[in-house]
Amino acid sequence: MSPDEPRPPASGATDTDLVPDIAVATAAGLIQRPPLLVEAMGDVAADEEGTSLWKGALQRLIRNPSAIIGAAIVAAFVLVAIFAPVLAPYEPAGSQWIREITPYSLPPFSPEHPLGLDPFGSDLVTQLIFGARQSLIIGVVSTLLGLVGGAILGGLAGGFGGWVDLVVMRLVDILLSIPSLLLAVSVAAVMGRQPLAIMLAIAAAQVPVFARLLRGSMLAESRKDYVLASVSLGLRRRTITMSHVLPNSLGPVLVQATLSLATAIIEVAALSYLGLGDPDPAVAEWGRMLVKAQDRLQSAPHLTLLPGLCIAITALGFTLLGEALREALDPKSRR
Amino acid sequence: MLRFAVRRILLMIPVLFGLSVLLFLWLRALPGDPARALLGEKATDEAIARINAQYGFDQPLLQQYLTYTGQLLRGDFGISPRTGEPVVETFLLRFPATVELAVAALLFAVALGIPLGYLAAKRAGGVLDTLTVSASLVGVVIPVFVLAYLLKVVFAVGLPGLEFLAVLPSSGRQTVTINATHVTNFYVLDGLLTGELDAAWDAILHLILPAIALGSIPLAIVVRMTRASVLDVVHEDYIRTAKAKGLPPGLISRRHVLRNALLPVVTIIGLQTGALLAGAVLTEGVFAFNGIGSYLFEAISNLDYAVLQGFIVFIALIYAVVNLVVDLLYGLIDPRLRTR
Repeated sequence: MSPDEPRPPASGATDTDLVPDIAVATAAGLIQRPPLLVEAMGDVAADEEGTSLWKGALQRLIRNPSAIIGAAIVAAFVLVAIFAPVLAPYEPAGSQWIREITPYSLPPFSPEHPLGLDPFGSDLVTQLIFGARQSLIIGVVSTLLGLVGGAILGGLAGGFGGWVDLVVMRLVDILLSIPSLLLAVSVAAVMGRQPLAIMLAIAAAQVPVFARLLRGSMLAESRKDYVLASVSLGLRRRTITMSHVLPNSLGPVLVQATLSLATAIIEVAALSYLGLGDPDPAVAEWGRMLVKAQDRLQSAPHLTLLPGLCIAITALGFTLLGEALREALDPKSRR
Repeated sequence: MLRFAVRRILLMIPVLFGLSVLLFLWLRALPGDPARALLGEKATDEAIARINAQYGFDQPLLQQYLTYTGQLLRGDFGISPRTGEPVVETFLLRFPATVELAVAALLFAVALGIPLGYLAAKRAGGVLDTLTVSASLVGVVIPVFVLAYLLKVVFAVGLPGLEFLAVLPSSGRQTVTINATHVTNFYVLDGLLTGELDAAWDAILHLILPAIALGSIPLAIVVRMTRASVLDVVHEDYIRTAKAKGLPPGLISRRHVLRNALLPVVTIIGLQTGALLAGAVLTEGVFAFNGIGSYLFEAISNLDYAVLQGFIVFIALIYAVVNLVVDLLYGLIDPRLRTR
């Protein structure tokens, strides 16, 4: 949007709050704002920066061993999830070998089934591989939903300030005072047991976190000098918020999103444990696999431990990556 | 200080009010009408109409909300349709168990976490530091109930070949055959009060595994927070000044480093309360520990909303009070915060 566009009266009113003189002068047509100056300044800034924030962050990431480990785990997890049908030796949840299962014993490991069968007569390796797919879908969708919801609330609070900020942040306070698991349980209770409900339930718990983060980050950014400079140049408040403050405030939100993926994957399992997971037995899901195997804890502990291990390793990958990203983006750690 | 405290308490009111509105809307949004949820699927239309009139479900929504809030304020969370008992009574009966568990978990987290975090920071980059930081990462990413199962299988049930490790009880709060006298329902305290030391010891043994499982995440958080905070403080100017004027290192550590470093740690511990109560749902479920956590666990499995809403109000209240106390403590410690 070019700055010399005719301004609508409403946004002129908001600008007046910030810099009365310039706003009144431009509104009256007394000052001609040179559009070229603004664009030229953008070019100069890009040239002189040398390394941008993100480029520098990437360089620091590559040098950090825990970032590499985290990224490797995440990459492996995503690849397994995407190529599950190719990688898995059998069809998921087939229960093809249900006759070999008795209430007291499972058949021993064999070359056909390297990790044996699960209590429902499906191949455990296949189930674990397809479980990655389920975790990825639920994790990504719920984090995106939480991110969007939180970004809208936080953006409103940080962008408008004043009473909007007050009302939104009280709402966020309320949501924060309910532990995330209970919030998820409440949503799942209203919507019933269906996949979308699980994602919304986990997202609901993440909304307040994202909202707080984005608001705080936007408030911190809006006090910086470049915002003052944009205001002095006569940019519209909407333009300043949307194309300057918001993009610069996204760093912490991105870090949180990475960390939230880990939480989401753990919470799917917790919801399954509480009996609020996906009821469709044909869907392989780590949390439910773990829960359904608990009565065989003594005779076949691997049925509980392996899905638990998958959850923990995946969560570890996202956590390592997220924390490394936080360090890389933190100006204090740049030494 | 008084003004600060009053303002801080008044700020709680809009939050609690909003919570009551949210809860009310939530209860109305639940699938099925409330009378049917209360009476079950086989109820006659007549009985439903009677319940509707009795509970005021046929009144206008605002009227219903006011009635509902009135009930909440009187501490009336309704009757659980599953057990037929008032929710509050069951809560109060079972609450001591969860408090006992949460306190044990916090003790475990703090007693281990602060020294570990401190030592890790003192030798940052060393073997202990690397080990501590990695272990705390693992502590955060293992789901609570997976850890609970693991502990249960190794130390209570027994793995083939490793049975000698299984020395702790696998479930419950106390061995039934002990026949302990209960006064306060805090079993450890009861044992000490009545002089039945074997009963107290038995209750402690039952607490160990659940407390470790529940305390694992707070432990990881306390360790990391202490470490980061100590690392921050040791680079402060006043530490260098203290060193320069020749104070003994032990004194600097105790009086300057630890005292300043523990402030954020205290906040974090306060913030863990809500998480502890929610985590108790999972832990108590695994160990059949008879507290409010397993009560909620049963309620969730049976979709018992009366219990669920009572629990949310309860936890939100505790959370609000704990935050208030932490804020007030902070105001007490740091006068600058009072004016904000």
